[in-house]
Amino acid sequence: MTIKTTFEERLDKQAPLVFILPSVLIILFFSIFPLIVSLFIALSRLRFVRGGVELKYIGFLNFKKLIFGSQQYHLLGKFDQLTPIGYIIISLFALIVFIWFIHYFKSHKTSIPGSIGRVVVSVGMFFILLLMLINLTTPKGLPGTLVVTLVYVFIGVLVQFSIGLGLALLCVKKIRGRSFFRTVFFIPMMITPVGIAYVFRMLTDMTKGPFAPIITWFGLEESSWEVIPWGARTAVMIGDAWQWIPFMFIVLIAGLESLPTEQKEAALMDGAGGWQIFRDITWPTLLPVSVTIILIRLIEAFKIIDLPNVMTNGGPGIATESLSLHSYFNWRTMDLSGSAAVGYLLLIVAVFICVSFVNLLKNKIELAHR
Amino acid sequence: MTFNNLLSRSIALIIGAGFFIVPTVYSKKYDGVTVNILTMEAPQIKGPMVKRAPDFKKLTGANINVIGVPFSDIYPKMESDFATGTNSVDAAVFAPQWMVDFIEPGYFEDLTPRVKKDSALEWDDVGLFFRSFSSTYAGKIYTIPLDGDFHMVYYRSDLLAAAGISPPKTWEEYIYVASRFHGQDMNGDGTPDYGSCISKKRNAQAYWMILSIVGSQIQTKGTGEGIFFDPKTMKPLVNNAAYSRAFDIYKETTKYAPPNEINLDVGDTRGLWTSGRCALTMDWGDIGTLAIEKGSKVNNKTGASILPGSRLVLDRNSGELVACTKARCPYAVNGINHAPFAAFGGWSGAVNISADSKVKDAAYDFFSYMAQPNQSNKDVTVGITGMNPYRISQFENINNWTSAGFSKAAAENYLGAIKSSLDSPNMILDLRIPKNQRYQQVVLDTEVHRFVSGEITKEEAMQRIHDGWEEITEEMGRDTQLKAYRSTLGY
Repeated sequence: MTIKTTFEERLDKQAPLVFILPSVLIILFFSIFPLIVSLFIALSRLRFVRGGVELKYIGFLNFKKLIFGSQQYHLLGKFDQLTPIGYIIISLFALIVFIWFIHYFKSHKTSIPGSIGRVVVSVGMFFILLLMLINLTTPKGLPGTLVVTLVYVFIGVLVQFSIGLGLALLCVKKIRGRSFFRTVFFIPMMITPVGIAYVFRMLTDMTKGPFAPIITWFGLEESSWEVIPWGARTAVMIGDAWQWIPFMFIVLIAGLESLPTEQKEAALMDGAGGWQIFRDITWPTLLPVSVTIILIRLIEAFKIIDLPNVMTNGGPGIATESLSLHSYFNWRTMDLSGSAAVGYLLLIVAVFICVSFVNLLKNKIELAHR
Repeated sequence: MTFNNLLSRSIALIIGAGFFIVPTVYSKKYDGVTVNILTMEAPQIKGPMVKRAPDFKKLTGANINVIGVPFSDIYPKMESDFATGTNSVDAAVFAPQWMVDFIEPGYFEDLTPRVKKDSALEWDDVGLFFRSFSSTYAGKIYTIPLDGDFHMVYYRSDLLAAAGISPPKTWEEYIYVASRFHGQDMNGDGTPDYGSCISKKRNAQAYWMILSIVGSQIQTKGTGEGIFFDPKTMKPLVNNAAYSRAFDIYKETTKYAPPNEINLDVGDTRGLWTSGRCALTMDWGDIGTLAIEKGSKVNNKTGASILPGSRLVLDRNSGELVACTKARCPYAVNGINHAPFAAFGGWSGAVNISADSKVKDAAYDFFSYMAQPNQSNKDVTVGITGMNPYRISQFENINNWTSAGFSKAAAENYLGAIKSSLDSPNMILDLRIPKNQRYQQVVLDTEVHRFVSGEITKEEAMQRIHDGWEEITEEMGRDTQLKAYRSTLGY
């Protein structure tokens, strides 16, 4: 009897392992194993030979080529001396970081991992900001694929969230045709990104597109957005926003509709205005949902490829080429090792930004939950 | 045995024999065989193959399945398919300059015995250049040419004649003509048109254009001199005054071009040409035949000429431009050195050595069928096929062209321009060394596009092309590359 009970107990103890192990193994096989293989490819020189491929280990040469070598211009862009505006922005950033650290050390919640995390975030953000300033605000600076991707991520997601929130706030009110607009806003999300890219390529065609007569009427037929770097990037971001605003809108409107009305009614009774209600009641309650959807979009935005590929082919020059497109072009020209190296750098940057974002807002979310 | 019995047995025997004989008589050589052919996804090249596939099936029973991919995907698809042993591609129609990368590892079938036995192909009628450069490697035939390619300049003959201007003989004259007509309404639709339309899109087929401009400044002493590398050291012939001037000309042409020219593919510039919107363009032979198609606004208004040349040429020792003298430019005409460029070499078909033997036979027979005069003579006169003349008889038989819609004068002008390019002793051969696709389609294409987009200066572009080419040469082995380069030039 005693032995039987012990055996059952042992079985019970092993049960979680038995149930979870298959899933873990499958995940390892489908996720971790390709990651390890692609890391090995990134550290090798891959050549196609009869009957398969030949891999020669070359260490970090592919990464060295991208960060310090012949492909530096492609990944990190062109450098120039920082302008006075750049120095001011960098100084402001340093000041904010300094204040942040003072607050942290005064809060009596300091820990060694927390301190290390903050130092890593600060240093990483400093270099990202510095690179963006050098690439984007200096006379001879040009963005490489890293900064172009960050532009798509930061500006794109910010615009998408702002418009999505605005539309959600509008549609949550009982206005006429609310259901119709909800359906209309939802449509772009169901279209494949390649389809959207082709639609926007046609829309932005200055010679044959639907806006061509207007452009001609304004006497601008001798210009084209495709040959202006910021024009091309903006067109790509508009296409991306058109697709993803509905996602923001749908999730935020669900969040808004689930908010309890008592607090709002009490605030209205006390004479609070619309802005006050939004700032003190709506926004704090909506914050966890907002952080989640921004995080999802950040992860997605780092992978942008269809729109710049179809709309501009990464051009003019490499002005609209994202990291994913950079990796794809390397793959297409059979530089598979270089492609894997770009992919890994994308992974590192995306993980760093997303983890930093979540950690920075963790306390505020916890506060909002209370 | 009664008579009835004998009769019924005889009938049964005849019917029984019929079951064996009839299918044998009516069965076709390749019944049940499917050939997967990889090529570019476009109305050109893929179009005529798709169109002729049902006729070929009627003749042989073979199913021809043409798989189209974007131009820049052809090479990697072929390499990954053959190298990994996937072999989903039985044959490919591609740029013959890439063949070295597929022949050396043994991916292509040697077609020499088949060609020798194939009288219907009329191999000797194929132009010598296409028989050698586009088809033969180390003495063996690996591809069947379906197209003949040369870059030429096309001009609006009506406009130039009305203005009393002769077709441009130098690149300076090209710029002058472009500036002269830019902004004028050339097709009567009330909108201003363009002086020059040249495809400059990245990841497309535009990277040959800069080579056509620089060629006449670098190569002066005949085809064996080459324009890509120093045949003694394998050092790139890029960072010099000839490229500097070519970059200036290339950028200058964009001033008289559609505003989005740097993103125009050849299909786009051809569309602009046939709608009468350009005074000049540089392209392969397709423009001549597209101009006579239904709906074209430039039928009998399209003139063709050999690529413009240069009075200044590169001194390879100093890297500077010097005047063209008789000693320096033995093939110059009136002091102008012309160097027509056999860009691309013409679409050609090769067969995967790992395909089933019956499939290989069917693939070869299909390429032979496409290249035979009965089909080819018709295809080369139709603009949308993307196929340009490459048979000797196609240059000689004017009737073939006049019956397609050319006027006699236009046909003579068009064929004359190709023939003078083909016959030139100073013709430029395209690069045909291992990994030439990376030298041109990756390094050259990216940097030229970045330059024309204004991202980098011409000095930076030249330096980057030089460094990028050197990097590939070092990676592949300088001696190997030098040996291959010298052998393509006939050393």
